[in-house]
Amino acid sequence: MNEEAKGMAKEIVAEKPVLLRGEPWMDILWDLFCPGCQIPMVARVIAESFEELGIGDKAIMVGAVGCTGILIASFNIDRVSPAHGRGPDVATALKRIHPETTVFTVQGDGDCIAIGAGPFLGALTRGEKITIIMVNNTNFGTTGGQLGPTTLLGQVTTTTPRGREPSSEGYPVHTAELAATFKGVAYSARGSLHTPAEFRRTKKYVKTAFQRQLDGVGLSFVEIITACPVNWHLTPVKALEWIGEEVIREFPLGEFKNVTSIE
Amino acid sequence: MTERFLAEGNEAVAWGAISAGCNCFFGYPITPQNEIIELFARELPKRGGVFVQAQCETATINMLYGAAAAGVRAMTSTSSPGWALMQEGTSDIASANLPCVVVLVQRVGPGVQRVEHAQMDYNSVTKGGVGGFKNIALAPASVQETHDLMQLAFHLADKYRHPVVVVTDGLMGHVVEPLELKTLDFGPLPDKDWAVKGAGKHEDGKYREIGPSYHPLKDGTYLAYLEAFREKYRAMDSELRYEEYRMEDAELILVAYGYCGRVAAEVVDMARERGLKAGLLRLITLWPFPHQIIGDKAAQGCKFLAVEDCMGGLMVDDVRMAACGKGEVHLADITFRHSPAEDGMIMPGKVLEEVRRLL
Repeated sequence: MNEEAKGMAKEIVAEKPVLLRGEPWMDILWDLFCPGCQIPMVARVIAESFEELGIGDKAIMVGAVGCTGILIASFNIDRVSPAHGRGPDVATALKRIHPETTVFTVQGDGDCIAIGAGPFLGALTRGEKITIIMVNNTNFGTTGGQLGPTTLLGQVTTTTPRGREPSSEGYPVHTAELAATFKGVAYSARGSLHTPAEFRRTKKYVKTAFQRQLDGVGLSFVEIITACPVNWHLTPVKALEWIGEEVIREFPLGEFKNVTSIE
Repeated sequence: MTERFLAEGNEAVAWGAISAGCNCFFGYPITPQNEIIELFARELPKRGGVFVQAQCETATINMLYGAAAAGVRAMTSTSSPGWALMQEGTSDIASANLPCVVVLVQRVGPGVQRVEHAQMDYNSVTKGGVGGFKNIALAPASVQETHDLMQLAFHLADKYRHPVVVVTDGLMGHVVEPLELKTLDFGPLPDKDWAVKGAGKHEDGKYREIGPSYHPLKDGTYLAYLEAFREKYRAMDSELRYEEYRMEDAELILVAYGYCGRVAAEVVDMARERGLKAGLLRLITLWPFPHQIIGDKAAQGCKFLAVEDCMGGLMVDDVRMAACGKGEVHLADITFRHSPAEDGMIMPGKVLEEVRRLL
């Protein structure tokens, strides 16, 4: 690791060391993730929100299939693993039956808006009072780096060896913008974790999303861009740079909808 | 106090579930089961229950997975094309050791086809879907039995933490008969202390985890996990239910379920009037299957006639396997219907001719 990488890693991981007490809600199984993978940091922003809102012992996590599916084992809370893409369906039932709990899914882009597009749109349509966290790493990570719904134009994957071509693979899906168009959605935002400043902003997005659920407003959605250095064939530092230079040009960061009541 | 009124089979499904304390339903419209979803839409909200019309049957079965994980009695209903979409979900529910009830009001196939009654999903119900699991399957043959077996279905689902499928068809769903509402008691069940509800609510202070795959810490090896399943299936064998009708001295035993079970009972009476020694074995559980009694009767020299409303026979294969080559096994299938149109049904006359030919 060069000096620059060491500095950035130190800054990101150690910036607020006190909050790594994410325990008892989080106990990250680091060896399940590739070097430079940022999905464990998604767990951190969620676990920190639990602490600040005091909801860890009232939360139910619904997992996914894929790299985000691996993440579920890092949470020390009630949790349910669904089939690929079916998280919002499972979460719908859990929230309707236990409305006093905080029910959330953590899904990859493939789980959420490729195979899981139906469950996702169904939950948005009904305005379920759940929180959906979608991790966008622009490819199918667990299976070895294939084309995902969020793969950038021209991005090389194992199933787009000449780069994503609009004429055959279409264009990247903008999930946070899509979610914001639904009346039953209270909150929709897209964050990234490639700099400490963006980490803080993303943390705020996730906390706001949980707050909207606690207030019973409507569905809340946060898309989080994460680095996938192994499948991008970049070093962890270069992967963070690529997010800053390329990924957020396609996927602008910010809040797309934020309301405290729905008429 | 009991209440008695005229009801359709589909309504009996819903009333039976409500009698069993099911307060949670997920549905998607499909003919010929729409009366079920409509009755729940009317009844559950006023009882403080949960009713969700989902975006498809893949969703209803996964909502059912979530509801089962939450520890409540919940169900969905569908017809054959929707059942096809539920294969992934029922497999996951079985794998996760969760209880649930699915009602399958069968219609003609294969494919989307038309909406009239048939018995064409026997294999996918009794042999299970992805990964070689088995559903407990109950097949009522009257409105009252539909209501009663719904309650048994919830009991067995909770007892074994396993999916139970109640199998009817478009005809059984729409036949109108007297129905008496009553709560049946099948005995005590263990607490659902495995259900998720937020870690803070568990008395032992530990979080709960539910998933459709084996867990090395909980289940040991993968093989140990599968062997636990085998033990569960062995235990389920004790739930075998069937009805014997005029079978004591029968030389030919008709084997049937659902509406064909009632047709076959009439055939047996007509045959007996003509001095022909026919009897009926009506299946109430499609799985577990009554291998033992069929094998015993075959060894005594009985012949068998499977009566089922499908092309080429599905249940008949199980009858053949049970008879083990010791007794002749014949089939009266969809070609025995009174009309070649999709709304034809198997009538006693043609089946009786076959009985006369065989005896």
